Amino acid sequence: MSAELINVCYIVAAALFIFGLKQLGSPATAVRGNLLSATGMLIAIVVTLFSRGILEFQWILAAAAVGALIGAVAAQKVAMTAMPEMVALFNGSGGVASLLVGWAALYNTGNTTFTYITILLSVLIGGVTFSGSIIAWGKLSEVMPSRALVFGAQRAVNALILIALVACGVLFCLDPALDSPYLYAVVALSLLFGVMVVIPIGGADMPVVISLLNSYSGLAACAAGFAIQNNILIVAGSLVGAAGIILTNIMCKAMNRSLANVLFSGFGAVKTASKVEGEVKPIAAEDAFLILEAASSVAFVPGYGMAVAQAQHVVRELGELLEGNGAEVSYAIHPVAGRMPGHMNVLLAEANVPYDQLIEMDDINPRIENIDVAVVIGANDVVNPAAREDEDSPIYGMPIINVDQARTVFVLKRSMASGFAGVDNPLFFGENTRMLFGDAKASISAVVGEFKS
Amino acid sequence: MEAVFLAFVLMLSIFLGFELISKVPATLHTPLMSGANAISGITLVGALTSAGAGIEAMATILGAAAVAFATINVVGGYLVTNRMLSMFRKKEGPPQSAGQPGASA
Repeated sequence: MSAELINVCYIVAAALFIFGLKQLGSPATAVRGNLLSATGMLIAIVVTLFSRGILEFQWILAAAAVGALIGAVAAQKVAMTAMPEMVALFNGSGGVASLLVGWAALYNTGNTTFTYITILLSVLIGGVTFSGSIIAWGKLSEVMPSRALVFGAQRAVNALILIALVACGVLFCLDPALDSPYLYAVVALSLLFGVMVVIPIGGADMPVVISLLNSYSGLAACAAGFAIQNNILIVAGSLVGAAGIILTNIMCKAMNRSLANVLFSGFGAVKTASKVEGEVKPIAAEDAFLILEAASSVAFVPGYGMAVAQAQHVVRELGELLEGNGAEVSYAIHPVAGRMPGHMNVLLAEANVPYDQLIEMDDINPRIENIDVAVVIGANDVVNPAAREDEDSPIYGMPIINVDQARTVFVLKRSMASGFAGVDNPLFFGENTRMLFGDAKASISAVVGEFKS
Repeated sequence: MEAVFLAFVLMLSIFLGFELISKVPATLHTPLMSGANAISGITLVGALTSAGAGIEAMATILGAAAVAFATINVVGGYLVTNRMLSMFRKKEGPPQSAGQPGASA
């Protein structure tokens, strides 16, 4: 195939990526969008294989077979609750691939200084994406402690690593030998830097980190595209980079924090919230049932705790029973509920909750006063009125779902421990709040049992 | 100037990306992320060129490793996105009779 024809096919592939992403904008067309995008990818790969530059196929076939097998098995086996970890690993493999592509580009002939700079960039961004993703995976899957790991000289150390990276990069560009020690130094320092930037970030901030790493994996592909002067890598990479940046931005806004604040200030480390005094009003499952039975509108507010308790299926069952009873049922989802953007929606969709019942925070809040019962399951910070009222609270200013303004609030909670951010929640002491203590799944099952009897 | 031309492509694609993605509702953010992630596996195209060019052993090894990793990213990313998206369904008619927990595991 001639280079022109290949590039024409790349244009088709790019158009398919763009259409695919556009169709991902609505649940009704999203499956088709993903297929279009995959078709674009297939076209790009196939025409590349037919290019004249490719002489040997045995390595390609073997490597692709191994990769496809691992990817396919992982995608089929992964539990929906473990999706953040999975996406982190996929991100990481994309990152390391870009690192290797950049590195291999050194062996091309006719490289200019500009090419060497882009090669270093793809090694740097790819390396940070890879090791950062591995750490994010470790934190999310709790292989390593998910809290923020902070030590005194962290910023100084990070600054030193950055300076060393730039220095090695410059030294390499001055004498770009294939076995230059500075090249190995850049690879090692990039990997180290990725570890250093993710360890100070706590578990609750993971949605931001995942989005950011997603963006990096796109930028790494983009840099690799510059290194080998390939348009399709640049187009696709920057689409992904933009997607990641937008999601990062949405997540930061939903926590009312700047990106710098998320990245550099270990959140779990500060605990200055004013303690709230009050008395909680517990409720038994039988009484909760009586109130729910009389309710004409019910909103479930799920958090990561629901996923931990595996309660989503019984919650959906209760929702259907309530609908059968004539109540209007909705699921109010905070943008940062769960461990990655939109995680709760996927878990509820898996439990067969129709997507038209999944309501975003900004749509539920204006009508929250008309909700008879808001059922908070495993969520804490995202419904904490302190974010609105208490200026001393670390989460002050974060937009929340105003469940305290619903007519009645049920809070399902294992015991009276504080949530992830260590913030005490005045919601628990609210006049209209009833605490349903115990395992979320068991509590909901008990209420479902009452309905059926 | 090849570099300037590529930078031009980069600039336009970033703006296009912002326009496209900002319209995706929060409900679909997870599939969007994994779908976008699969697209970032486009680096596979670059890996194929390096692995197959047969220039030097080292370049072939680096390229082949890149092919393996990028294929994980592409295949895994698209499949898992498809798996997630096929779970999203609209409400069909009136709510069914109670007590159907579904056959899911």
